[in-house]
Parts: sequence; C-alpha cells; structure tokens
Amino acid sequence: MLTEFGKILIFFILGAVFVAGGLIASWILRPNRPYPEKLRPYECGEEPVGNAWVRFNIRFYVIALIFLIFDVEVVFLFPWALVFRQLGLFAFVEMGVFLLILIVGFAYVWVKGDLDWDKPKPVIPQVNRPMKLVQQTPQEASV
Amino acid sequence: MGLLDYKFESSNVFITSLENLLNWARLSSLFQMQFGLACCAIEMMAASASNFDIMRFGVIPRATPRQTDVMIVAGTVTLKMASRIKRLYDQMAEPRYVISMGSCSNCGGPYWEHGYHVLKGVDRVIPVDVYVPGCPPRPEALLEGIMKLQEKVRKESLSKKVQKV
Repeated sequence: MLTEFGKILIFFILGAVFVAGGLIASWILRPNRPYPEKLRPYECGEEPVGNAWVRFNIRFYVIALIFLIFDVEVVFLFPWALVFRQLGLFAFVEMGVFLLILIVGFAYVWVKGDLDWDKPKPVIPQVNRPMKLVQQTPQEASV
Repeated sequence: MGLLDYKFESSNVFITSLENLLNWARLSSLFQMQFGLACCAIEMMAASASNFDIMRFGVIPRATPRQTDVMIVAGTVTLKMASRIKRLYDQMAEPRYVISMGSCSNCGGPYWEHGYHVLKGVDRVIPVDVYVPGCPPRPEALLEGIMKLQEKVRKESLSKKVQKV
C-alpha cells in the first residue's frame, strides 16, 4: 500500500489540483477587459513616477543585521521562558551564556559606532572667500 | 474578454442558472474601497461599526482597488481629487460599481453654485450606480444604498443584449 512518501505525493497532487482549479475557475468566470489605465501600477491614485527599483542606503544593512540577531534571541527566549521552571538551573545558566555572547556582540557594535546614524555633513559655502581672492595681488599669491 | 462574459447571444435555462449563481456570489461579497473624502466618511465608518454592521451584507473594506467591487464615494469631490478618483476607478477590477454617497458627490451639494474647487457631481468623471441622498446620509441610508445596488447586481445578465458599458 501507500508509503509515507506516497501520502506526501498525494498531498502535493491535491494541492496542485486545488490551486489550478481556483485559477481555471476564475479564468472562466471573470470579465477580462484590460486597458492601459487599468493595468497601470497602483500608487494610491497618484500618477506613478520613476522606477520601483530604487537603491536603499547601505546603513540599513547593519541595522537589519543587528535586528536579526535580537530577533533570533527572542525566538529562543520565549520557549525557554515557558519551560523555565521544569528545566531548572542548567537551562538558566545555558541561557545566561547565550545572552552573554549576544550582549558582547551588542557592546562591540555599540563601541564601533554602528548604531550611530551619521548624517552627511554638507559643505557650507564660504561667502567671504571670493572677496579675499579679489583683494589678493599677484605678488601676494606667489608668496 | 473572459470565457463567459457577454458571450451569449440568447438566454436559456443553463445560462440563467449560471447568471443567478454569479450574481448571488457578486452581490454577497461587495468588497468596498477603503477611502473617505469628507464628513460622509464618518457616517460610512459608523455604518461599518457594530451598531449598523455593514459587513453583514458582505461589504468588507479593502485597501487596494484590485480587490474591490464597489467604490463608495463618501464626501466632497474636489477637482484635485476627481482625477485621482477617475484613476482609482480605472484600476478597479471588473465587475465594478459606484455608490455616490451624500449631496456633495451627487451634485456638488452646498458647493453647487459658488464652490470653485468642487466637482458638481462625481458622475461627471465616473459612472454611478446608486445615489444616496443626504447631507450627510445616515448609516441606514447607506445600507439602503447597498441593498439597492444588490438588487441591481441581481438583475445582471451574461448575454449580449443587456450589456452595459
């Protein structure tokens, strides 16, 4: 009879049939009257401007990486907190070591200054400089 | 064109049964476009809340025109907003319906004469199925508008003769 893999195969086939059935039924039933304005990307009613493939600032990468670390930490912490009383002292020490490693990494990131969002420093034009240049004689400039 | 939509020259018992099924399905799940323009939107929110509960008619707010069937134009349509409304209506998937809610979107309302910035009725840019009068209409009036629209959807046909544009 069916092996365990055979049951999984049946699940795959049923899933494919279900999805294909939905798509075919909607293809039969739906009205299809496309025109350019209808096919245009939805931008809350505004005229779409520019490309959707814009560049993001590289600084978001570090933030995402740090967020990922603490996200995983929380994923581990919640089940640990649920069975904390049953597991006893060993689990507490284990989690302490785990948190310590992450906190060391966090302190490293903090000290390195990756959490600081350094803003671009605009070059403010000096208004007085042209006047100085004008007052300079060729002799002064050569000296 | 789809496979069934306006394909039939004449009607018979199979087509009318299919029509009934389709129309029942459409009128029972009139997803609503989630936007409001002015004070009528407050009444629309009240209609969505538990006391009037517009969801029992299958009117569920969706945040994108691709998933919506009915656009409830609730409030004053300014000239700036009119082009946006036209574009949003164009982006809705068919079959699509429009309920014009309140005097402002019906005919300009209190701005009908001196409102230099108000469109004198939303039916100047998009076709309207049901007009709900009032300034603003009470939620019961909006529910009545939904029921009128459901009556209209119930009479729709797949055959070419009754084709609407």
